Amino acid sequence: MSVMWKEKSIKIFFTGAATTSIVVVGLIFLFLGKEAAPFLFSENIVKLFGTEWVPVSFEKEQFGMLPLITGSFLVTFLAILFAVPFGVLSAVYLSEIANKTEQEMLKPLIELLAGIPSVVIGFFGIIALSPILKNTFGLESGLNALNGAILLALMATPTIITISDDAIRSVPSSYKQASIALGGSKLQTIWRVVVPDALSGIIAAVMLGIGRVIGETMTVLMVTGNAAIITASPFDSVRTMTATIAAEMGEVAFGSDHYRVLFCVGIILLLITFGLNMIAQKVLRRRSV
Amino acid sequence: MKKISYLALLLMLGVTPFLTSCGPSKEAAYVNIKGSDTIVHVASSIAESYMNDNPDASVSVTGGGTGTGIAALLNGTADIANASRRIKSKETDLAAQKGIKINEIAVARDGIAIIVNAKNPVNELTMDQLSNIYRGKVKSWKQVGGHDSTFNLLSRESSSGTYSFIQKTVLGKKDFAKTAKLMPATSAIITEVASSKDAIGYVGLGYAQEAKGKVKILKIKANKKAKAILPTDETVKNGSYAISRPLFMYSDANAPASAKDFLDYVLSEKGQEVVKEEGFVKIN
Repeated sequence: MSVMWKEKSIKIFFTGAATTSIVVVGLIFLFLGKEAAPFLFSENIVKLFGTEWVPVSFEKEQFGMLPLITGSFLVTFLAILFAVPFGVLSAVYLSEIANKTEQEMLKPLIELLAGIPSVVIGFFGIIALSPILKNTFGLESGLNALNGAILLALMATPTIITISDDAIRSVPSSYKQASIALGGSKLQTIWRVVVPDALSGIIAAVMLGIGRVIGETMTVLMVTGNAAIITASPFDSVRTMTATIAAEMGEVAFGSDHYRVLFCVGIILLLITFGLNMIAQKVLRRRSV
Repeated sequence: MKKISYLALLLMLGVTPFLTSCGPSKEAAYVNIKGSDTIVHVASSIAESYMNDNPDASVSVTGGGTGTGIAALLNGTADIANASRRIKSKETDLAAQKGIKINEIAVARDGIAIIVNAKNPVNELTMDQLSNIYRGKVKSWKQVGGHDSTFNLLSRESSSGTYSFIQKTVLGKKDFAKTAKLMPATSAIITEVASSKDAIGYVGLGYAQEAKGKVKILKIKANKKAKAILPTDETVKNGSYAISRPLFMYSDANAPASAKDFLDYVLSEKGQEVVKEEGFVKIN
């Protein structure tokens, strides 16, 4: 009797622990929705589709989210452009080519990179990277989308490396042996057998990397210049969704349109990262079947 | 065993302050101040000097922006709100709703310096030129007597009290150019101006004077015919420098005596001396 009871209570305890995070996510959605709803379900909603973000103005307050969304996408796209080749190649090297000592040295160092606070990386961007970009490309300022993208790539790489590395390691060694037995070289084995088999894991890694990049706040706030313009040029300043929330939420009048719009931005951001994670999970699951 | 003793230690550390605060000591004079990032330095320096003179008192000062400070005052988490702008009608309405009577005192004057890179040949601008530059009406330094290169416009974030102040006094309530970079802090503006030869930015006079050598402070003409005036203590105080403003501390009219005592100290000779040391201009 008491054993059964013990068993049951332990089960409840574990179920509770496992569901807490889901409940929290649900509550976050609920809360964001509650704060944004009065704006979302009024005729004001058309304001969100404008092309100008001017939240503090004596002329006309404008809450067009387009510049913020394009800003986030530009920085994310560039960051992924840098991070993916770098991350995947590093993962291949780590799991297939590096010897034991190299692995033991590199892995902790990569994890260390993941642990650097974003404000420190942002500081590095202002002090070191900004002048380099300015002089290399002859710009008037080094605070632009490119600067943010490089730093974010730096922050996304550890995620991509670690998860890709796991995916590549889980490729059955019989596949590799078969390839080598058929006369394939090491490089051929890696590119034609190992990487294709681990592809779903690598894609999931990239998705999670994108999630990391698009949600990053402090670094982009510090180095992208935060001008809300719609641009495709990496040398222009951009204002991301995250930086907008961080910079404006502290000062906004409670319950105002501006306040509610910031929650709308938050919802969009959450939906994007949520979607990315769902895709990543789906891709990962397909592999394990 | 070791773990348990650590735990006990932690618990004791955590509980001790509660025990002491529950004790029958005399009423602790605790003042919580929050608000404008422009004032946070000077307010904490005054608080330090105040606490030196009144060892019983305890004053804590945090930044976060004028709006944050006033919001904190209204919801009762701060006794005094530092503000680099006058309180807005929305905020007074909210205060009235909550039955709070707001008390305003001006504690210092602040001049906003327009700064450019030390290598920039431009030495002075008129208010009109400045307005046109920040509104994006003129694109090149050449049009105001400088190099043939586009402006690197630097502004504070739209949440900053200084942003609204410049918008009001310099831009005539018009919007900033879209290309203006919104920097998260004064120090970020100074760093960028120091390294970018096309940059122009605005910062509090105290910060600009501290960065002397790294950046150049421009003289400003109120209009075309007026004399170009360099912002100094003298020109800010006598009002001849065009871009200056009073700084405020807001409190509840029914605030505890400790808060009132601190506000008196801010306006005293000693408090105003600190105001001057911190690069602002005395109020009287």
